[in-house]
Amino acid sequence: MRLERKQREYWYRNLKITGLLLAIWFVVTFVVSYFARELAEFSVFGFPLGFYMGAQGSPLVYVAIIWWYARYMDKLDREYGVDDGE
Amino acid sequence: MADYAVSLRRYYAYYTVTFFIVILALAVLERHGMPPRWIGYSFLFLTLFLYATIGVLARTANVSEYYVAGRRVPAIFNGMATGADWMSSASFMGLAGTLYLSGYQGLAYVMGWTGGYVLVALLLAPYLRRFGQFTIPDFLAARYGGNLARLVGVFATVLASFVYVVAQIYGVGLITSRFVGLQFEIGVFVGLAGILVCSFLGGMRAVTWTQVAQYTILIVAYLVPVTILSYKVTGIPVPQLTYGHVLQKVRVLEDKIFRDPGEIDARRVFRERADAYYERILTLPDSLAEEDRRLSLRIEDLKKNNAQMRDVVALERQRADLPKTVDGAHGYWESLMRQAAQRGAEPEHHVTAFPGEPGEVGNTERLNFLSLVFCLMVGTAALPHVLMRYYTTPSVRDARRSVFWSLLFILALYLTAPAYAAFAKYEIYSNLIGSSIAQLPVWVTAWGKIGLVSIEDVNGDGILQLSELALNPDVILLATPEIAGLPYVISGLVAAGALAAALSTADGLLLTIASALSHDVYYKIYRPEATTQWRLVVSKALLLVVAVLAATVASQKPASILFMVAWAFSLAGAAFFPALILGVFWKRANPAGAVSGMVVGLSVTVYYMVRVQFDGIPWLGLHGIGMEPWLGIQSTAAGVWGVAAGFLTTVVVSLFGKPPSQETQEFVESVRYPEIVR
Repeated sequence: MRLERKQREYWYRNLKITGLLLAIWFVVTFVVSYFARELAEFSVFGFPLGFYMGAQGSPLVYVAIIWWYARYMDKLDREYGVDDGE
Repeated sequence: MADYAVSLRRYYAYYTVTFFIVILALAVLERHGMPPRWIGYSFLFLTLFLYATIGVLARTANVSEYYVAGRRVPAIFNGMATGADWMSSASFMGLAGTLYLSGYQGLAYVMGWTGGYVLVALLLAPYLRRFGQFTIPDFLAARYGGNLARLVGVFATVLASFVYVVAQIYGVGLITSRFVGLQFEIGVFVGLAGILVCSFLGGMRAVTWTQVAQYTILIVAYLVPVTILSYKVTGIPVPQLTYGHVLQKVRVLEDKIFRDPGEIDARRVFRERADAYYERILTLPDSLAEEDRRLSLRIEDLKKNNAQMRDVVALERQRADLPKTVDGAHGYWESLMRQAAQRGAEPEHHVTAFPGEPGEVGNTERLNFLSLVFCLMVGTAALPHVLMRYYTTPSVRDARRSVFWSLLFILALYLTAPAYAAFAKYEIYSNLIGSSIAQLPVWVTAWGKIGLVSIEDVNGDGILQLSELALNPDVILLATPEIAGLPYVISGLVAAGALAAALSTADGLLLTIASALSHDVYYKIYRPEATTQWRLVVSKALLLVVAVLAATVASQKPASILFMVAWAFSLAGAAFFPALILGVFWKRANPAGAVSGMVVGLSVTVYYMVRVQFDGIPWLGLHGIGMEPWLGIQSTAAGVWGVAAGFLTTVVVSLFGKPPSQETQEFVESVRYPEIVR
């Protein structure tokens, strides 16, 4: 019974971080691109911001998202005493 | 395990150093007069020999080794292998050119092909690894109880992967014919041999370790030319950081070139041409006979006046190219009209997003951009040859890390591609445009000979204007070493890199198709009692058959094949994405829902692609089936409709049917929760 609760908690926390990271992914992909024309007025490293996000900004955020997820889940595994087929 | 990873790292470190020594040695030999053709041969055969050696060393007769490399590929190496598996000849050769030609709009590929890995990491890779079988149809069968789901999965796998593998082999044919001067058809079969030596004896195990080697070659080949170019132009050898300033210079050049009187005149000529084609289309069928007569008369005329043979031949070819039917002429002239109109239109600045009028046109461009990004991402997260790679890591934890490494290695190329486009544009705009047509640099004439560059002095002023220059996207990457004035050994290196990109992707795809047919159809459905030995024999035989089939199709030079690759993403996305995601995250999804969702998603996608792209399919006897795209979305983003339809159908049909069995519910839990907790 106690394990049952622990399982649900693990899954719930996994869903929460997944949802949060997917929201970030959605914003840097679709919201930023949608406003690319407006963002062209700002400039970073000589690029218009909209162009920069498409060419470098968003892909770098993607790597960060995946890195963070792997790290968070590793920590979660340790916290719940999980040894996933190592 | 740790020792294994350490010795692997040492092997590949030695290997990389050796590779650099070989490049240096060839550079020295070139200085001492080794002809370019021999440098091309050296790169071709040395790399093929290397892959063959790895392929033979990694041979195996063990089922787990053959299908999933024994599940002991460390995360970082799996990341490299995924990178090579993922980056095809289209990424390597085409992407830089697409970015050159379409500026901001091309970034849809950069974002789509990288952002898809977020979906892989968060929604798929860990769960597939915890499931831990061999193929994607395996997962569908286990989750949706039965062979129907498996068969639909196999069908979609083969459909999406086969077109893709044909395009890779086609790419190999192009590279070998351009750089080594082999005949295209021979090049295709050299490529076939290169693919088979990697995958035939050792399956996934051999493919994995050759892909790691191929990743090293392709990334070095991609980075070297543009790094040197960046150093020459800006003094800083980090193109990814410096091209922002180069783009500013390009902007200044653009302003000057776009307003140049000669350029405006050339554009006017192209617009008049477009109008003339329009006139002809309106006056069909008379105009077809008229055009044939006109050309014949001119050929007669030229012959009488002893004109140059070259001009006569050009006109004769024009006459031979004339379509025979009214329908054919309609399509032919329409495409010529579009080309001419495009070249006559006002060009756009490189960095401008959605350049159309900020009314309806610009909004359609934005919608197309966003939906293409969506399709490429969902497709990335659904292509079986990529997902399969995450079965090969030792643990779920390694699968998660391995996605991180994959994307990091992939970014090395994708972050550089826009820099290629920027530097090439800067060089071409500042040195080529506005120069005399009689004295163009050697690379223009050399690549012009095989039709990758074409120049037409339409306004007859002897000066090259922007709209008079037409470039094939591939040429940007292939010609950069020459544009930068680098020795031939760098060109050879680029060819070896392009070859590695095409071969590594073809290996992965071929193995995926062969596994789907041998493991899923033969072993799981047809003969479950087959011995392991016999299963491998069947798998290898199928690999051979599929490879020869793909090479045969590629050697026919199917014109539309490169275009159809973009479709593979929409097809895979529509077929697999809803079923896989709902399979993990929605327990209520039942077999009827998933199967109907896959079929409907796939059908909607195919229907939309075909009707938007083609007006008729002669060999099926279909005519006049073309339709207006919905909301102006192009056929390459057809998956938008397919994925939506797939999700909707799966949910609705599941809710109308019974909930899945207790057994399936437990299966979902076993995929969600780690072992020990249970």
